[in-house]
Amino acid sequence: MEIIAGVDVGSRSTKVALIDRSGRLLAFTMMRTRPPLIELVDHALDEALERAGADRTCLRYIATTGFGRSSYPERDLQLTDVTAAAHGAAGLFPGTRCVIDIGAQSSRAIKIEPSGRVSEFKSNDKCAAGAGGFVERAARYLETTLEAVGDLSMRGEAPVTISSVCAVLAESEIINHVSQGESAENILRGVHNSLAERALLLLKRVGVEPEVTLVGGMGRQAGMLRALEELVGFQLNVARDPEMANAFGAALLAKRRIEKSAA
Amino acid sequence: MKYFAGVDVGSTQTKCVIIDAERRIVARALVDTGSNVVRASDRGFAAALEARMIARERVACVVGTGYGRFKVSFGDLQITEITCHAKAAWLLFPGTKTVIDMGGQDAKAISVRDGEVVDFVMNDKCAAGTGRFLSTAAEALGLGLEDIGAISLRARNPVRLSTVCTVFVESDIMAYVAQGKKTEDILGGIHSAIAARTIALARRVGLEPEFTFTGGVSLNVGMVKMLEEKLGHSLNVSADSHYMGAIGAALFAMEHALARAAG
Repeated sequence: MEIIAGVDVGSRSTKVALIDRSGRLLAFTMMRTRPPLIELVDHALDEALERAGADRTCLRYIATTGFGRSSYPERDLQLTDVTAAAHGAAGLFPGTRCVIDIGAQSSRAIKIEPSGRVSEFKSNDKCAAGAGGFVERAARYLETTLEAVGDLSMRGEAPVTISSVCAVLAESEIINHVSQGESAENILRGVHNSLAERALLLLKRVGVEPEVTLVGGMGRQAGMLRALEELVGFQLNVARDPEMANAFGAALLAKRRIEKSAA
Repeated sequence: MKYFAGVDVGSTQTKCVIIDAERRIVARALVDTGSNVVRASDRGFAAALEARMIARERVACVVGTGYGRFKVSFGDLQITEITCHAKAAWLLFPGTKTVIDMGGQDAKAISVRDGEVVDFVMNDKCAAGTGRFLSTAAEALGLGLEDIGAISLRARNPVRLSTVCTVFVESDIMAYVAQGKKTEDILGGIHSAIAARTIALARRVGLEPEFTFTGGVSLNVGMVKMLEEKLGHSLNVSADSHYMGAIGAALFAMEHALARAAG
């Protein structure tokens, strides 16, 4: 068996997706990003290979993406987050025209052609407003877990208003809301609304066009999805493992690269 | 003897100043605002009264200012901090034409003539350029906020920050530390980036000397020096510059009481 690996070294978590030569997903694994990055990637690869019932000898090709993409010396190919997200989203949902990728430290909106080729993108990587890390910090203030956030937010009936322009000032707003006795549900719904507003701004700059696919771990939060769908006005595509999209996209592109060089 | 008080309820700290009829500052108090704004204004006022054993009845008028000014329940009047800063700058430095104010969560520039506001701009949309940014940077370096200014003055090769986002500056600093950059060079880069940003803001009201630098950040000698270097002009900085809002409010309290007495 020949295996192609896509490795997404993100600022918060590192993801590995393994596919075979037909593009079928064999295994997916995710772990917290911690230095040293080389050992981390080795560990994640081994874990994914084990899940696929394979070992290093089967590994034909490694494509990396994410902020730490250049830190793994054994890579065969490295891709930007934008390219990886575009191909991942197109691979998962072939009708995708727009991708929203909300990472822990940056967010981006991408317009793609049917082939998965990027035609335009806008990203926000100089400012933390709109990035997913905000939800994790909010969860901490509210003494809840990241996993519980999505459902809590769904139960918020009167969302508070939280500024979407600065993640730091928004944290102070959350503290004020907490001290005024607002419920975690209403605050978290406000947090999701504020992130959705930022995402919509990016999306509008590339032009909103269905289908829109949400990639990244925020896709697990039901409240985030609802907030985005309310603003966009239609349903979004979300994969069962939304964190996987970029690693999967990197693997798909690697597969294409192999096919090209063989032809 | 009658007294007049100004209470400036800031996002981070609450300041109270009591003046006499000769416009002399007789008492000051500084307390952390915390989450209960109403209590902060009470505590600040009580602390100032106690500092000089002034009986509450002898204070003829109290004016509230700052973001929490409407929570100064015992106040006779509320006036915006911009108006108060302009007034106080005139008292301390009558030649002031531009006030640069860097507080805990916002930064402003005010164009003033004889204590009256001509124009102002405010950055309350991004934490860069505020005390919050500097305290995050200090924390990331394991230093006290009060020490970083002096250390930054020793910078020989200041680093270039990739962003001025308060959330990202932490990881930027970590990266520089990992690269073996000196603390003073990292701090030099931080002060330079923030000073440049603040001057860009102030340029929008015109950069007309004399400049008076106010707010908590004016206690930072590194920031004073950096702003002076980039402006090519010296700054007026009073030991009381932290109390400017409260001083201005106390001056208005005096005017209000006199006008009321005159009927």
